[in-house]
Amino acid sequence: MRRSSGERKMELKGRIILKGVAEGEALTTSQPISFYGGVDPNTSKIIEKGHELQGKEVKDKILVFPNGKGSTVGSYTLYRMKKNGVAPAGIINRECETVVAVGAIISDIPCVDKIDVSKIRTGDQVQIKNGLVTIKK
Amino acid sequence: MYLTKEEERMMDGEEGYAVKKSMEILVALGDIYGADRLIEVGSVQVAGVSYHNLGDAGLGFLNELAEDGTVKVLTTLNPAGMDLEDWKRLGIDAEFARKQNLVIDAFKKMGILISCTCTPYLIGNLPIYGEHIAWSESSAVTFVNSVIGAKTNREGGPSALAAAFVGKTPYYGLHLDENRVPDTHVQITTELKNLPDWGALGYSIGKRVENKIPYITGIADASLDKLKSFCASVVTYGSKPLFYINGITPGSEKHRPPNEVITIEDRDIKEAYESINDDVSIIDLVCVGCPHCSIKEIAEIAELLNNKKISSNTEFWVACSRPMKQMADKQGYTETIERAGGKFACDTCMAVAPLKGRFRSVATTSAKGCYYSRQNGMLTKMGSSEECVEAAVRGRWS
Repeated sequence: MRRSSGERKMELKGRIILKGVAEGEALTTSQPISFYGGVDPNTSKIIEKGHELQGKEVKDKILVFPNGKGSTVGSYTLYRMKKNGVAPAGIINRECETVVAVGAIISDIPCVDKIDVSKIRTGDQVQIKNGLVTIKK
Repeated sequence: MYLTKEEERMMDGEEGYAVKKSMEILVALGDIYGADRLIEVGSVQVAGVSYHNLGDAGLGFLNELAEDGTVKVLTTLNPAGMDLEDWKRLGIDAEFARKQNLVIDAFKKMGILISCTCTPYLIGNLPIYGEHIAWSESSAVTFVNSVIGAKTNREGGPSALAAAFVGKTPYYGLHLDENRVPDTHVQITTELKNLPDWGALGYSIGKRVENKIPYITGIADASLDKLKSFCASVVTYGSKPLFYINGITPGSEKHRPPNEVITIEDRDIKEAYESINDDVSIIDLVCVGCPHCSIKEIAEIAELLNNKKISSNTEFWVACSRPMKQMADKQGYTETIERAGGKFACDTCMAVAPLKGRFRSVATTSAKGCYYSRQNGMLTKMGSSEECVEAAVRGRWS
């Protein structure tokens, strides 16, 4: 990890789930996300009752969360979002599991895990480049 | 993960798009879970068939794979969102039916058997003890792991498809004997009287041994139908898709009861019923066959419905696979059930059909059925076949 003086710039090294480059504004949660039933595939809005991101849209965001949960149909939910043009630009996990991994692969969403997600704040400008995550500000 | 030369060529796209995409999925999963290689599988069961869950995007994904993808092993299919032949009678709209048929066409093109059942082990996809397979559908995964002693992880639709196109799956999780060791001893001190009692037991154990492998003692006898129902329930409500019942399921003789003990008493079964059942009396839908009915269960329903008339306010569905219905046709069970006003729901079930908003309440023999019906916004009652038939005839739960 490197941090330049003054501005908040940081590099985090993780494990590639699906390689690729993505950049955008971070949307961060400390809670797991269930894509099937928890995210609307048409609007990209998080609809799980009581979730701390409830009502937020994940479209074009770098979505940062610890891990996925719930039905394996969730992989298809990510794919539906991609085809509807409302998928997240990239995904960063602490520990990626089957639903999110398979969803990212079939939807071509760059995805990296083994990242300390608490280092990334909502609103940060974040780049994923294969296994490397850069927080730009 | 180590890849053979042949697997590397698949990864590079030499066998086309479907195989390349499949290899990407299998290798990623293998890396996540620390598999050292891929192993061959004997068969595959693919879930994610209902258009209700797939949408147009999912259909597009399947069509892309069907372009150049052919399965390499025996592959069967989970229930669809409707009866493929008699969808009109179940109140399915024509546009949904059109889209569902396109999903089925894509699977057919891949060489998958259009079995459309969650009980493939009853109609010709029956693995043997110790066989490595790659199945989705949690109830079937639990049945073949526990009752048959085959070895599979709980796959999702796309990872099962990937295994079918490659004929292999990453070697991790429940494929390894060291991960199949029971870690909680569940002592049963209550008597299980009928099918829903087994569903209630599954609820009770699932809730208490979340993500563990139970070793169950205190059960004197079981049957195919009871184990089928228990498998669906225990995994729906929280356990790993593997359990042992002392003296009944294979492998139970090899393991000692674990040190950690929980006890299931009369009170726990009663509490399970209280959690599963809602306060409702008018019953809009009665559905049996979650998991899909065996021929013995259909025979029992026919006997109970003989010379009865189902209430005009209540629908009665028997969910089963097509071959089971064909046997029921020949035997006269179908005629008896339909004469009473019952309907067959082949190829589909209460968990995946688009039922949201159509019924306010459901009565069923299945604890898993209650879980999914609640997700569809229905109030639920679980009871024996006798109680369910009585509810259908009276139009209300007594």
